[in-house]
Amino acid sequence: MDSAADSSGQEPGTLDLDALYQASNIDDALATLDRELVGLAPVKNRVKEIAALLLVEKLRNQVGLQASPPSLHMSFTGNPGTGKTTVALRMADILKKLGYVRKGHLVACTRDDLVGEFIGHTAPKTREMIKKAMGGVLFVDEAYFLHRPENERDYGREAIEILLQAMEDHRDDFVVILAGYEKEMTQFFGANPGMASRVAHHIDFPDYNDEELLQIADRMLAAMQYRLSEEARGVLRDYIALRRGQANFSNARSIRNALDRARLRQAKRLFDQRERQLTPEALATIEAADLAASRVFSKPVDPRT
Amino acid sequence: MVFSKPLKTSTVEDRAMNEPATPQSDRYRAGVMKYAQMGYWEPDYEPIDTDVIALFRITPQEGVDPIEAAAAVAGESSTATWTVVWTDRLTACERYRAKAYRVDPVPGAIGEYFAYIAYDLDLFEGGSIANLTASIIGNVFGFKPLKALRLEDMRIPIAYVKTFDGPPTGIVVERERLDKFGRPLLGATVKPKLGLSGKNYGRVVYEALLGGLDFTKDDENINSQPFMHWRERFLYCMEAVNRAQAATGEMKGHYLNVTAATMEDMYERAEFARELGSCIVMIDLVIGYTAIQSMSKWARRNDMILHLHRAGHSTYTRQKTHGVSFRVISKWMRLAGVDHIHAGTVVGKLEGDPNSVQGFYNVLRETRNEVDLSRGIFFEQDWAGLNKVMPVASGGIHAGQMHQLLHYLGEDVVLQFGGGTIGHPMGIAAGATANRVALEAMVLARNEGCDIWNEGPDILKNAARSCKPLEAALATWGDVTFDYTSTDTLDFVPTATAS
Amino acid sequence: MRVTQGTFSFLPDLTREQIGKQVQYCLQQGWAVSIEYTDDPHPRNVYWEMFGQPMFDIQDPEGVMMEVDSALQTFPHHYIKVNAFDAAIGWETVRLSFIVNRPANEPGFRLNRSETKGRQIRYTTQAYAADQPVGERYQARD
Repeated sequence: MDSAADSSGQEPGTLDLDALYQASNIDDALATLDRELVGLAPVKNRVKEIAALLLVEKLRNQVGLQASPPSLHMSFTGNPGTGKTTVALRMADILKKLGYVRKGHLVACTRDDLVGEFIGHTAPKTREMIKKAMGGVLFVDEAYFLHRPENERDYGREAIEILLQAMEDHRDDFVVILAGYEKEMTQFFGANPGMASRVAHHIDFPDYNDEELLQIADRMLAAMQYRLSEEARGVLRDYIALRRGQANFSNARSIRNALDRARLRQAKRLFDQRERQLTPEALATIEAADLAASRVFSKPVDPRT
Repeated sequence: MVFSKPLKTSTVEDRAMNEPATPQSDRYRAGVMKYAQMGYWEPDYEPIDTDVIALFRITPQEGVDPIEAAAAVAGESSTATWTVVWTDRLTACERYRAKAYRVDPVPGAIGEYFAYIAYDLDLFEGGSIANLTASIIGNVFGFKPLKALRLEDMRIPIAYVKTFDGPPTGIVVERERLDKFGRPLLGATVKPKLGLSGKNYGRVVYEALLGGLDFTKDDENINSQPFMHWRERFLYCMEAVNRAQAATGEMKGHYLNVTAATMEDMYERAEFARELGSCIVMIDLVIGYTAIQSMSKWARRNDMILHLHRAGHSTYTRQKTHGVSFRVISKWMRLAGVDHIHAGTVVGKLEGDPNSVQGFYNVLRETRNEVDLSRGIFFEQDWAGLNKVMPVASGGIHAGQMHQLLHYLGEDVVLQFGGGTIGHPMGIAAGATANRVALEAMVLARNEGCDIWNEGPDILKNAARSCKPLEAALATWGDVTFDYTSTDTLDFVPTATAS
Repeated sequence: MRVTQGTFSFLPDLTREQIGKQVQYCLQQGWAVSIEYTDDPHPRNVYWEMFGQPMFDIQDPEGVMMEVDSALQTFPHHYIKVNAFDAAIGWETVRLSFIVNRPANEPGFRLNRSETKGRQIRYTTQAYAADQPVGERYQARD
């Protein structure tokens, strides 16, 4: 690592932000984020912005400029499979490196982990999750399911209350990240102003474009020691364009599912021709047929999207 | 575990090469033969998992070949005698012969050698320390061709360990019975060693327990003398223990010494202790291995913690060249089954080099010992689930050394401050309180992550601010240490490994 | 009097910060922390009431301290202790146990003596507080 600003170059009374940045080692976390996730340029920028803000707040705090501790709770909105959990993990790491949380681990949960099915069941469940998240980040996926106003016997309200109270009492001890579809999250915050007022940072996760999804597919295949034939590549491109318009499109997850099915078809194809001699290449190659057989090519487009 | 060929030292090897083992036809002809030729030296032998292995430090007389000496030790501790006997042929003698398979020179000591000898499992009676010791050390230590002989270490195969019951209570259960966790236990021997009558003796016990110690202790030679009959002592001590328990709300105990002239007397005394409600009794090493095992069985049947004072051990454990190392005694006592054993303090008035003492503690406390030459542990030793023995550190220690004691000895130990409690200027109870406060403050600080080795004195001074007795203790004994050169240090070359 | 059970009873009552540091030590060792309370301080009373389950998989002491705070609020007049359990082979027992709360007034114990044969006495320790029924044993001093 480059040495931080030497004291001889520093004028008295000035502050060295770069030294703080180097010392915190968050460039490592940011670099990992860049590497791990394809595309997501706006998300990565937001993360860098937030990191910069937290770094500056730290420096301001050091010289006594801080009025109140910064609010750290966040919301991540976007379709499934757009990298929200991965970014949450990186964010936990950054928060730890900047000293805002002590341990920097991530505890992921959904409504089922927080809400009980009968009276008295909810409080211990919620408290259990909060306890485990102390010192780190509590990531609540599909947070809007906590709030079911149409059902009067719903205990989600209680979980929200307990969560709010903990966010108040333990503001220095853990950070909450709520995640889900944008529209539903907006509704959720509308109905829960207490929660809305505590969440300071919103990051929107746009869908991957076709090119990015293809890149993701390449990475996934490489990791599994497969490759696409030239023709298969073309079919995959078409697949992606079609699939995007169909129901329950989950970005990277949908790609993963598609590739898994392609592997199955490849295995079946090789098995059906098993009396022929095989080369290692054949074992590693996904052919066009393995993808073209997908029902995606015969299903109608979802009019809603 | 790796048993390889001996280190390449030419003199030792060359001599062995010149005198190979004798063929069968010549082996049993009447007459005298070298032990190495009788089959007691087998450099190619690989010990098996069920062999008992002994490591001896041998100092042969001038002119005696070390290999021959090692073979002689192997022979004389198994089947040999000084001349060939035809009756050997009525037995599967190859099996019963102990095999010396490796001889290494001791680093830094001229004329001394480490000899590794393996014994077949069938040579021993299961569950009998008397037999194990009679076999290994019963015959060979007076052997003329040796100037000196020391049993350094033993590997007891798990097959043999399993024939012993081991400690009746053990560290875990003792703590659960006393409901005391997370810190060393505190004790004190009643002082003066001799002369107090029962009633006055009980007063010392009461004051010490009231002030904050967990245990008090009879000294090893307090049995039943004209100045105090044992029944008087037992009655007054239990009064003191119960008074202190009610006054503090904590479990307390006094090690009632049941050592006596005969087993019958010992059982009588132990039964009385149990009737009076004591949770612990004490015996001395000098009662002998058989008596110790009997008392261990008794303790198990009667839910009693069994404390062993290692009286007399330093007559044979202290000199490096001759005797039995205390680490071997520790192993035997764990097999025989005692719950407490005095094992050294490092910083107190009695012999104890830090590394050797830590080695003894590991033998007593670990569920499995790994080879650790830096602490004198020569063999892997699996304890087959036998309970762990609580070591006792006793002799010339005081509150001002608390950080050193915790550092060297850890937290599963009984720290006994006899003089360090009873000699306190403000009285016995104050002495006990000083020790207890010092200990708790040190444990608290250690858990918080403080460097107690360096900050120890400051931690004690800090704690003394809210505890007058501790302040007085530090003022009285603050600088007392016992700094003498240890006689029983370890011989090893740091860079070499066991193989 | 002051019941001196637990590892740190001879020191001044621990502050929340000190308790937190001990909890941190326990978590570092991989032990599961649990909280118990009682109003029967007899030394042979092994089974104090459990305040919640033992806490596994906690990363940060604050998670445990939440429960400690809750216990102190719920049972301010009881003895409350924090235990740390080690499930490793060779142990499978409590490794640390210390009191974090005690009633304002601790009346202590009566020592009952009943003379039996010879010069023997049978001893029983009895807590004065236990003369009252459960729940009425310790009250706040007004």
